[in-house]
Amino acid sequence: MELFNGGHVSLKDIPVLAEKEFRDEVLLRCHEGARLANLFGSPEDGGGVRLIAILALDEESELQILSTKISAESPRYKSLTKELLQAHLFEREIAEQWAVTPVGHPWLKPVRYHVNYRGVPDLWKDIAQRTIPGSYPFYAVGGEEVHEVGVGPVHAGIIEPGHFRFQCHGEEVMHLEIQLGYQHRGIEPLMCGKDLKHGVLLSESIAGDTSIGHSTAFCEVVESLAGCTVPLKAQAIRAIALELERLANHVGDLGALGMDAGFLPTSAYFGRMRGDYLNLLLELTGNRFGKGLCRPGGVLFDMDIAMAEDFCRKLKRYKKEFEEVSDLLFTRPSVLARFEGIGVVPLKIAKSLGLVGPAARASQVEHDVRIDHSSGIWQFYHVPISLAATGDVYARALVRRQEVMRSLEFLMKLLPSLPKGEISVPVGPLKTETLAVSLVEGWRGEIMHAGITDSQGALIRYKIKDPSFHNWFALTLAMRSQEISDFPLCNKSFNLSYCGHDL
Amino acid sequence: MLKILMTRFKQGCRTLAFPKGKLPVLPVRYRGRPIVAGQGDSVDLGKITFIPDSGIRHSNDFRMATSRREDLILKGDIDALAFTVNQKIVKMFGRSLKLRQVSAGGCNACEADINVLNTPVFDLSRFGVQFVASPRHADGMVVTGPVTRNMREALLKTYEATPDPKIVIAVGACAISGGIFSNSPESSKGLDTIIPVDLYIPGCPPHPLTTLDGLLRLMGRLKNRQTGP
Repeated sequence: MELFNGGHVSLKDIPVLAEKEFRDEVLLRCHEGARLANLFGSPEDGGGVRLIAILALDEESELQILSTKISAESPRYKSLTKELLQAHLFEREIAEQWAVTPVGHPWLKPVRYHVNYRGVPDLWKDIAQRTIPGSYPFYAVGGEEVHEVGVGPVHAGIIEPGHFRFQCHGEEVMHLEIQLGYQHRGIEPLMCGKDLKHGVLLSESIAGDTSIGHSTAFCEVVESLAGCTVPLKAQAIRAIALELERLANHVGDLGALGMDAGFLPTSAYFGRMRGDYLNLLLELTGNRFGKGLCRPGGVLFDMDIAMAEDFCRKLKRYKKEFEEVSDLLFTRPSVLARFEGIGVVPLKIAKSLGLVGPAARASQVEHDVRIDHSSGIWQFYHVPISLAATGDVYARALVRRQEVMRSLEFLMKLLPSLPKGEISVPVGPLKTETLAVSLVEGWRGEIMHAGITDSQGALIRYKIKDPSFHNWFALTLAMRSQEISDFPLCNKSFNLSYCGHDL
Repeated sequence: MLKILMTRFKQGCRTLAFPKGKLPVLPVRYRGRPIVAGQGDSVDLGKITFIPDSGIRHSNDFRMATSRREDLILKGDIDALAFTVNQKIVKMFGRSLKLRQVSAGGCNACEADINVLNTPVFDLSRFGVQFVASPRHADGMVVTGPVTRNMREALLKTYEATPDPKIVIAVGACAISGGIFSNSPESSKGLDTIIPVDLYIPGCPPHPLTTLDGLLRLMGRLKNRQTGP
């Protein structure tokens, strides 16, 4: 069953395969080059669970959907992870959310430590009674000279909580295990129902620094289910906000990377420059993170010619400033010595894990939703992909620098030629028993939202996939055989979302 | 080296004059302190998330912090926010305040806009305020997020590890009342249902100037003037 970004399909048209057929099809297609973009459970009448797989064929700009049904009497299936590494976290999530066992999963542990949605006994005893997600037997390396370092959940800086357990021999990290789930707010169940206003507000707070990314994805799912076409001007404004969000975060990241390498001038300048882009979002939407802009049907704030010209002038100035300061960072030998060769993620691993976003592009994975699954204004404007070859901290910093330049160029092309017209259309009732999917290239990578309606047109299942869901494991692998003192730098070079993962 | 010096010279000094001089004016679309119309109406600043389509009218005033929860409830017949200065806190921490930040389920917007206070435009350190790496070094905690079930123990442990006398600051709608997650079984209904709070900074997220203004009031650095139009 083929679908495009922003498309929808009636539930009865999604092919339902027998368990073995489903497994074989998914494995075969991924072996031939498809990417497992999503694998999640949806409740069925009678207490069973329908497993839905969404495969992405990036070069054909296509999505394929398959499903299989798991009965309530026999809630288990043969795990895909051993043959398809990309499935590892999806299967753990399904096990936790639906109490369905992926038989043969090599490392089955909870993801977010909450009770399952079916109301049956959980796969792990007392999962929600544990006082803290970190009280779990971490993988330990034996030996007298091995020591364990635990960091978090409360971290030294002003940052979200997560727990990192290192197995070290001297300075060298043999293994890093990352424990998340501390930020779990239970967003997916809250999204269900008929209250779309509440839904869009929740989507803005899935990850506050990706407000525009997630709220755009939510709006596109709703618009697809309602069959309404968003005016071009609204799509242009959404894209402007999305790029401003990308600019602010990439510039902030470059500053933070400089700080972790001990080079303070650029961290001070980039830290301030990040505020310039956030202030543009503040002027456009009244909120530095763009909360309050996207609503199903369009956007709430318009941009007239005067504002577009003002933004253009400011961005020209900011571009020049960015070029100067980033030149300072990237030509500093002491900084390069800290960045190069650290935290390498080879292309083979990046592909087998299904990494997305700048972290993947830094390892030469050619995937960007704006190009591969373009929707909205991206169908008319082309942003060249930013790739790097070495997969280390330097590559991830370089990709960010390139993306800043390309986003600035894109904005300076779009702003003088903003489409005219309305910024919003009314949204009618949602189609019943339909699934809709939307993809957005958030600044961390591919965001995917999938919504399923029931026979009344209310949302019965809403699946949120933040790009960090794919990428956290890359940090685990990148840290192997690295020095523990390089951990903050590696972590910053990925800059993944804790709350986007934890929902 | 020459390049570093040249860039430093070009970047200049970007620190805001605030709190000296005229009050900074934020863009027109910024949603600040609500304007409560009717006599019988009231708006709870700790619960609202400052969205444009809530039906609430907002002024451009970013000064919204209070020291008591009840002062966050703006009523129609009073047009200013009260800030009761705690003289003990001013005496102990008025010139030097070390804070430990705990993110208890925040979406990272509040965290990011607190982090920005350390950058040159706001430059928190010139007021003697600094974020420290350990609760053992801290005079108080700054908490963001609706206090998720999974973070509750870590939050309480951090609170216990902070030596007395200490203060607690709740930043953002989620920390004050659970915000948009208040009806989730995974979140609490506000930080002050768990530990006592000394300063409330409303917003979603609060603009850095709102947070800065709140911190300065707590430290007794701003005259105890009422906020008003």
